[in-house]
Amino acid sequence: MRLFANTAALLGKELQTEFRSRELLTTTIVFVLIVIVLFSFTFDPSVSESRRFGPGLLWLAFLFSASLMIQPSFLKERTNDTLSALRLSVGDPFAIFLAKLLANACMLLLTQLLLLPIFAVLYNVRVFPVFPQLMLVFLLGSTGVAVTGTALSAISAQARMRELLLPLLLLPLLVPILIASTEATAALLDEKPALRWDWLGILVAFDVVFLTALWLFGEYLLEE
Amino acid sequence: MIAKTGVYTFLVCVLMSVTAYASFYVAPTESTMGLVQRIFYLHAPSGMVSLMAFLVSCIGSVAYIFTRKAKWDWLAVSSAEVGVAFCTVVLLTGPIWAHPAWGVWWAWDARLTSTLVLWLLYVAYLILRTMMEDADRRALVSAFFGVFTFLDVPLVYGSIWWWRTQHPQPVVFTSAGLDPTMRKVFYLSWLSLTCLMALLVRQRYELESSREELRTLEQELEAN
Repeated sequence: MRLFANTAALLGKELQTEFRSRELLTTTIVFVLIVIVLFSFTFDPSVSESRRFGPGLLWLAFLFSASLMIQPSFLKERTNDTLSALRLSVGDPFAIFLAKLLANACMLLLTQLLLLPIFAVLYNVRVFPVFPQLMLVFLLGSTGVAVTGTALSAISAQARMRELLLPLLLLPLLVPILIASTEATAALLDEKPALRWDWLGILVAFDVVFLTALWLFGEYLLEE
Repeated sequence: MIAKTGVYTFLVCVLMSVTAYASFYVAPTESTMGLVQRIFYLHAPSGMVSLMAFLVSCIGSVAYIFTRKAKWDWLAVSSAEVGVAFCTVVLLTGPIWAHPAWGVWWAWDARLTSTLVLWLLYVAYLILRTMMEDADRRALVSAFFGVFTFLDVPLVYGSIWWWRTQHPQPVVFTSAGLDPTMRKVFYLSWLSLTCLMALLVRQRYELESSREELRTLEQELEAN
């Protein structure tokens, strides 16, 4: 129970610091928008082509932006030297991870929520009828990205070349997420929309496996 | 110590030469693919050996996290490096075989794609190690990433397999009905490459331990 109380308090702190400045969110949204626009030059964005390439480019843009957005998660604690204070304030260090990954997942979901209508307009795909199902895919996908990304940002914050290191470590690890989310999104944007449980299963498996690993091993990463 | 290593190196050299002779002169020439098929005796066992090395690396990582004995970290990095070397052999010999056999250097087939992703993951692991100065932190952080990487392997294989089997497959692997002599040469090659791996991991481990010794001596010298 203490874990949840601690997590809720820390999550509040994470979201509050972000929404005070909104720097990270605004930059990420504009970044994804730029990527989406730039992608349109690499193929002919007609309806059928968009159905084929759209989901993949959307998810690729999300993964790239996530690898940049999650970067400061632990770095800011390190630069402000607040990690020890955080560690002392909670009983179970897993609460720190849990709060940070929930905050990251929230921000990723918010980015996706804001950009999905723009993507739908620009690439002429119908997202409204399958909106709840799409949100489920986004929720599961973002959770996986947030879990691995938050864990690895604790690693990269301690290393040199950290800005380059996080994408380098994170992106190959996210191959299952990219494939499963892209395929699930593509099936939903198809002429005959379908919710593909097999791909959702892979997303759930990814989330569960890495959340468990983080729970088991995460605390060692925060040792001073 | 040195004599023992010398004898073992000599034995591995003999075994490798016998394997080379066997794969060129003892194994019969394959009827459809011809001479180029002989690269199979290097290609396939290298793949198996690299997986074995990655498994050893993961065991080293987990053992390091729980025991904090530097020797486990040395084992993890040694076998990861040797695994990457063997995986590189797989990725280089594959296209040499594929071009005459299939008419293309590379096909985005499940097995090829997942091997490439695996290679990328372990290269990222090795790069991470070069980005950290402090030996203890490097060991801990890379052990954590090693565990994450290894957990990702089944998910990567699973998702790519699922994804590729849904699309038309350019390649069909048929291992059934392998000639008995070919099979024997294949197993011999596997044995000798495994011995080679053990030798390389051992040497690399010794190197890591000498480095550590040197570091301690340097620190003592500075202290005086």
